[in-house]
Amino acid sequence: MILSRQFADELFSKVLKYSRAEETEASVTGTSYSLTRFANNTIHQNVSEEDVSLSVRAVAGQRTARASTNKLDEDSIREVCEAALALASLQPPNPDLLPMPGPQMYRAVDRYDGETAQLSPQARAETVRKVIQRAEKDGLTAAGVFSSGRSVNALYNSRGLAAFHEESVSEFSVTMLGETSSGWAKKTGPRYQLLGIDELADRAARKALQSRDPREVPPGKYAVILEPSAVMDLLGFLLLDFGGLSVYEKRSCFTGRVGEKVFGENIQIRDDVFHPFSSGAPFDGEGVPRQRVSLVENGVLRNLVYCRETAHKMGAQPTGHGFPLPNEYGEAPLNLVVEGGHASEEEMIRSTERGLLVTRFWYIREVDPYAKILTGMTRDGTFWIENGEVKYGVRNFRFNQSIIEMLNQVEMMSASERAAGEESIEMVVPKMKIREFNFSSLTRF
Amino acid sequence: MKDPAQQALDTAVARGATYADARVMDIRQRYLSTKNGQAGQVRDSHSLGIGIRVIVDGAWGFASTQDLSRPSIDAAAGRAVEIARASALCKKRDVRLAPEGKVVDHWEAACKVDPFTLPVSTCLDLLLKVDAELRKVKGVTLAEAAMDFRKIDQLFLSSEGSEIRQVKTQTGAGFVATSFNGNEIQRRSYPNSFGGQYQTRGYELVEELDLLGHAPEVAEQAVALHQCDQCPAGERDIILGSSQLGLQIHESIGHPIELDRVLGDEANFAGMSFLTLDKLGKLKYASDIVNVVADATVLHGPGLGTFAYDDEGVAAQCTPIIQNGLFVGYLSSRESAASIGQPRSSGAMRADGWNRIPLIRMTNVSLLPGKGTLEDLIADTDDGIYMETNRSWSIDDRRYNFQFGTEIGWEIKHGKKTRMLKNPSYGGITTEFWNSCDAICGREEWVLWGTPNCGKGQPMQTMGTGHGASPARFRKVKVGVAYQGN
Repeated sequence: MILSRQFADELFSKVLKYSRAEETEASVTGTSYSLTRFANNTIHQNVSEEDVSLSVRAVAGQRTARASTNKLDEDSIREVCEAALALASLQPPNPDLLPMPGPQMYRAVDRYDGETAQLSPQARAETVRKVIQRAEKDGLTAAGVFSSGRSVNALYNSRGLAAFHEESVSEFSVTMLGETSSGWAKKTGPRYQLLGIDELADRAARKALQSRDPREVPPGKYAVILEPSAVMDLLGFLLLDFGGLSVYEKRSCFTGRVGEKVFGENIQIRDDVFHPFSSGAPFDGEGVPRQRVSLVENGVLRNLVYCRETAHKMGAQPTGHGFPLPNEYGEAPLNLVVEGGHASEEEMIRSTERGLLVTRFWYIREVDPYAKILTGMTRDGTFWIENGEVKYGVRNFRFNQSIIEMLNQVEMMSASERAAGEESIEMVVPKMKIREFNFSSLTRF
Repeated sequence: MKDPAQQALDTAVARGATYADARVMDIRQRYLSTKNGQAGQVRDSHSLGIGIRVIVDGAWGFASTQDLSRPSIDAAAGRAVEIARASALCKKRDVRLAPEGKVVDHWEAACKVDPFTLPVSTCLDLLLKVDAELRKVKGVTLAEAAMDFRKIDQLFLSSEGSEIRQVKTQTGAGFVATSFNGNEIQRRSYPNSFGGQYQTRGYELVEELDLLGHAPEVAEQAVALHQCDQCPAGERDIILGSSQLGLQIHESIGHPIELDRVLGDEANFAGMSFLTLDKLGKLKYASDIVNVVADATVLHGPGLGTFAYDDEGVAAQCTPIIQNGLFVGYLSSRESAASIGQPRSSGAMRADGWNRIPLIRMTNVSLLPGKGTLEDLIADTDDGIYMETNRSWSIDDRRYNFQFGTEIGWEIKHGKKTRMLKNPSYGGITTEFWNSCDAICGREEWVLWGTPNCGKGQPMQTMGTGHGASPARFRKVKVGVAYQGN
């Protein structure tokens, strides 16, 4: 089933017909998604998914609850409306619950490409075949994914709010494996034609070849050049901390630090759903228009993001970053943009006497929630730099590093780009050269 | 359920599939949470759909849909066949499956109290009472409690004639007290962090956990952590509590034994494994007292990895993984077992929904108990640290280098638990660590923990796995590693 706006509108009409709640919100989401997965230079998994689901939120006497279903017949729609209302009625009242917002105006974003939405399995397989040929040319083994599809999100409420967003999605990720080394590259975006798949395959292959027979460098504090994927996977651990509720509830690393200089002078961070490299809908989980928010200016934490309820509690204005209600987390910026600099990777390398170049991190976890110490591993292309040159590949390190301290030690930045990793959502971030980064132990490869 | 599944098989075979299976899954979930005296999330969800997996021209295809109408099923089955034909464009050899007999069966997991029949208000009342107890303790700045219920009803049909219906109910519950004192955030959770305890059971699990009874002590510990000493850095003997050891097993034994990782299928995302095929039957994985099984059978207990048949229709098995310290077994699928010349799959293929293919996943990967109580083990330890309840976990993509942090620790001196320690952490290399294990507590301390959030695959799947463990001691482990240099 292909979810259209008309179908979503009709579904909401039925919800309104059956709902007996004081206020009713309905979210209709549709997915049509395919993913071709390859490893050992062959396609080993190849999948496709179609789903449409309806989620209804009911309000009854300062109480709210949600029920969802992907069965869309009349009986199921009636049942989901009744279930939401019954769940809402069985809980204590929440004095902080606000009335649903009324109709809103949204700035349009163009994130849909019909060709990407409907790319055939044959087209994906032909692309993968070329990538495998590229690997085999250098005696490498390729593993990765090439996915494409479409997602639709329609949001309505009984006060007349109606919002619709359609986006095409694509992802190409590749790991090139040699006997003793590996290289990796990944891009995502609404248009598969712009992923640059040939270049990504080349880049991953070059990294695998350049890091053959990795040497052992002792753990310690080194200057490090982080590629954008490595930067974004670290910064992803700050997203919830930028939420107003997180500070209000004293679970954010920014608790007590709003208005203070938390990072270096050269750090500017904003949330900007309208940035040409950003993804997602221009409205939040309650249908509030997303706003651009300047979070960090010259290292000073200027603003947080707020959903309506948190804004009301904290005397702030909602910024359109709330999650669907009810939820425990409140809000978060989902389109982080870190302002970059003008340095090229070559300049960063030339300026480094002794240091490391990191392609990506892996299995990052929070060690300390307030000092914001993270741990994790390097993976798929870690190189030793000496006297301004990349010398050789090295065995992978574990790090334990406060990212607050890290963002106080950024010496150089490249222009920002849309980065993709595996630990966080996409962001627009630069490569960064960090003065000192704490690599605490080594692994065996 | 049967009609759409049979129709999917018929269509797939008619269009050229040499093998096909169809899974119809009806998944109902209820999640209830409270926070600082208010209801947090209160939600029900229901997801029904079919996934069709086929082999055509010697290659795999898979398609899924939530629309179970006849035209939609035909379209999905046709799409699976078309996708398999595309896969064949890049195949090196035909897919071969280890043989498996036809099975017709119906199995239902034991569930004494169906959580979906309980009034939501009963559950919320308990969570709010726990919340109130937590907030009675001065210094607790955030109280959170939650219950998570899931009922999974699924039918598996294959073109080899199998027809298997399985119904299981899973329950999870727990709470956490957080304390912020101006320059530090500390947390204590019960009975485990990241959601609490999960098992394939009904509400009786919640009743047995006695959430309310444990709330005051847990809240007091969260606040007391601010005042206690930092876990020292250096080499120490450590005793791990059973839930922390459960996660240690998950990361440093459960994942490396997944045969798809070993064979490179996960190289781009979840990673590979140091347990290359040459190590089977030869690697001294652990000390002689260590015995580990991957056991999906009901006899092992109501773990999140307990079932009657996996999602390829292979019967649940108890697979020896480590016997007296020697590495002896992998978790496998029909395809991976055949590819390394094993006669049968170990029955570990699991999908997290109708819209995902089954992957090799942990079942219940458990450390078998040794002897004695935790008290005995502490009394037998001269100088060490006892660590309890996971706070952070990380391991490299081949599963050698790991590091864990726990919520709390206590120093052990001359056989006694002494001062409380905050921010405990330890790290090491997998086989060195397991070979340093010199004592494992007995059956009376053994708990079958549930890990509800194991991620793997592209698109990502989240699977529940089980891990039985009793506290155990490890000699000369690097501790305090997470804070060194910071």
